[in-house]
Amino acid sequence: MGAYVVRRLWQMVPTLIGVILLVFFLFNWVGGDPAYVLAGLFSNDAQIEAIRRELGLDQPLWVQLWIFVQQVVTFDFGNSWTSGEPVSSLFLSRLPATITLLLPLLVIETVLCLALAVLLAWLRGELIDRVTMVIFTTAMSVSILVFIILGQYFLAYRWGLFPVQGWSDDLWTNLTRYAPLPILLGLLVSIAPNTRLFRSFVIEEVNQEYVRTAYAKGLSRRRVLFVHVLRNSMIPVITFVVSNLPALLLGSFLLERFFGIPGMGREIILAVERSDFPVIKATTVYLAIATMLFNLLGDLLYQVTDPRVELK
Amino acid sequence: MNAVLSKNNAPVAEPVRSMWQLALRRFRADRIGVVSAVVVLAGLLLCLASAAGWMASAWNQEVGPSDRPPAWWVSGSAAEPSSAQPGTLAKKGAATPTDIEDPIAAELQEAALSIGRQSSQRREPTPTDIVDPIEAELAQARQQVTGSAGPSIGLGDATLWMGTDKWGRDVLAKTIKGAQTSILVGLSAALMATLIGAMLGAVTGWFGGWADDLGNWVYNVINAIPSILLILAIAAVLGTKGEWAIVLILGLTSWTGVYRLMRGEYMKQRQREYVRAAEAIGASSWRQIFVHVLPNVSHVLLVQFSLLTVACIKAEVILSYLGFGVPVDGVSWGTMLTEAQNDLLVGKWWQLLSATLAMSIFVTALSLLTDALRDALDPRIVQQGGQDV
Repeated sequence: MGAYVVRRLWQMVPTLIGVILLVFFLFNWVGGDPAYVLAGLFSNDAQIEAIRRELGLDQPLWVQLWIFVQQVVTFDFGNSWTSGEPVSSLFLSRLPATITLLLPLLVIETVLCLALAVLLAWLRGELIDRVTMVIFTTAMSVSILVFIILGQYFLAYRWGLFPVQGWSDDLWTNLTRYAPLPILLGLLVSIAPNTRLFRSFVIEEVNQEYVRTAYAKGLSRRRVLFVHVLRNSMIPVITFVVSNLPALLLGSFLLERFFGIPGMGREIILAVERSDFPVIKATTVYLAIATMLFNLLGDLLYQVTDPRVELK
Repeated sequence: MNAVLSKNNAPVAEPVRSMWQLALRRFRADRIGVVSAVVVLAGLLLCLASAAGWMASAWNQEVGPSDRPPAWWVSGSAAEPSSAQPGTLAKKGAATPTDIEDPIAAELQEAALSIGRQSSQRREPTPTDIVDPIEAELAQARQQVTGSAGPSIGLGDATLWMGTDKWGRDVLAKTIKGAQTSILVGLSAALMATLIGAMLGAVTGWFGGWADDLGNWVYNVINAIPSILLILAIAAVLGTKGEWAIVLILGLTSWTGVYRLMRGEYMKQRQREYVRAAEAIGASSWRQIFVHVLPNVSHVLLVQFSLLTVACIKAEVILSYLGFGVPVDGVSWGTMLTEAQNDLLVGKWWQLLSATLAMSIFVTALSLLTDALRDALDPRIVQQGGQDV
């Protein structure tokens, strides 16, 4: 296991180099001269020259790349171009809101979708199963935007069941007052694709031989599905959820934007709107690192939960 | 002996069917698949008609009073018209007491916007067209007068099936034009992604070695960055907006799945006997890749293309909503949803309904068609599904 982890970490190095090169290429070459972006409309040559010197843009390209690598290694991307806040503290201040929203959503979503998936696998081929699958396909075709717009309009604005938007500093207030509606809408959006995916995991398990053995022993269908199959199909589900955690940090950006939640997703949208390059660069690099680490974690969990899996 | 021979001969007498003919036969048996194919084709024809200017070319013109509810809604409920459909003259001129629930701020904003629209329209024609703008305004004024004169008799009513938006544009025409933008953008982006993925996958899977290492490296790099972040990062540096920017962004970011599949297919096909035979008779590598192998993996590409189109249409809607996509003077389902969100707050639901309906019908049909295509083209999956009781 130890050797495996070391080798996997070692394999991440070329990928990380690639991510750094890609981000550097995107923002220093495709994006045009950052000095002009930063200086904005009201600038003269002297100002731009000063900014260029400050950012190291007057240096040759490889020196600039070296500066960028140093930034990545030291976690110091300087200050946000718009708010002037250091990028690292910006992250730390936005993370709690995202996690407050994400964690309950993720737990409820996973449990609910897995239960539904097993239930659908039980009713496989019956009318309910087929009708549900068609409903899911239709639900997945309606844009996420529509779910959020309608949910916010009816549940919050018209019927007043929830606050229309807002966020506080208190975790309990957030969880009980501001987070429930975004979480509910997030559930509505994710239930169809996730249940479909989990159902395919479950069905793969149903086709295994141990299921036949369990039936042959005379176990009831309920016991086979909800004990044997459920436990085994949790393995790919856990791997899926863990591997996707970093992407999920941003995945709720629409919810955060609509409900005014000061989280990571909303921050990155704001950064893109304002061409706040340091924030986008830092987010991209660190989320890429997080994605690779969580992928590894997912694979390790797979091995822990399923000893048959051999780590190569 | 004879009997054995004749038994062996029997299948030969039946016409040999190609993979595509067999797939077509399987597809025809799938009722949901056929219906969704018809719906998707109808949608595509609508797009082409709109792109050619035969339909909805006047979506940008004021054809009726602003914020008129759909025709079927107005005629359906007799009590509604007076409140739900305020006469434009009364609304724009002297506000009647019944209009009191309409905040003045909204009206002002509307007026300012419509003036902004008119002035921007006025700038377009060349100086010699000096008669044109006045005529348009006159026609518009006339329409407003007729619109307010008789809400149920006005000529505009019968044709404005989905009502009008706040600038008096036909929502149905907007939806069709928006469908053209969204669907064509989705198709182009999916085509671009499929081409990139197929080319890279074919070459790396075929040649292996350092080409494969390089391809895998690029794949790992792109895959390490969450796709939404990559899309936003490219949107941030591109700076330009518009249909082609979205196509570029989505095309460049969503090819990895196709690449992975094609790479595997080419590695597998390379060992097949027909490919070895082609090699033996001296076919060049490129000829083997594109002439011999490509037709045998094209069904994978078709399914992937269809899947990607669904994903790209959805992504376009969100990008346009966020303001990184179709610019304000264009229309797509995404920009319609942006407008619809504000409309809904003042109780005008028809634009939201129209865009949502159009999008869900087309995307549902396309998703079901994809499923049917996959079932028809990849019989192994059907078998797997059929094994279980």
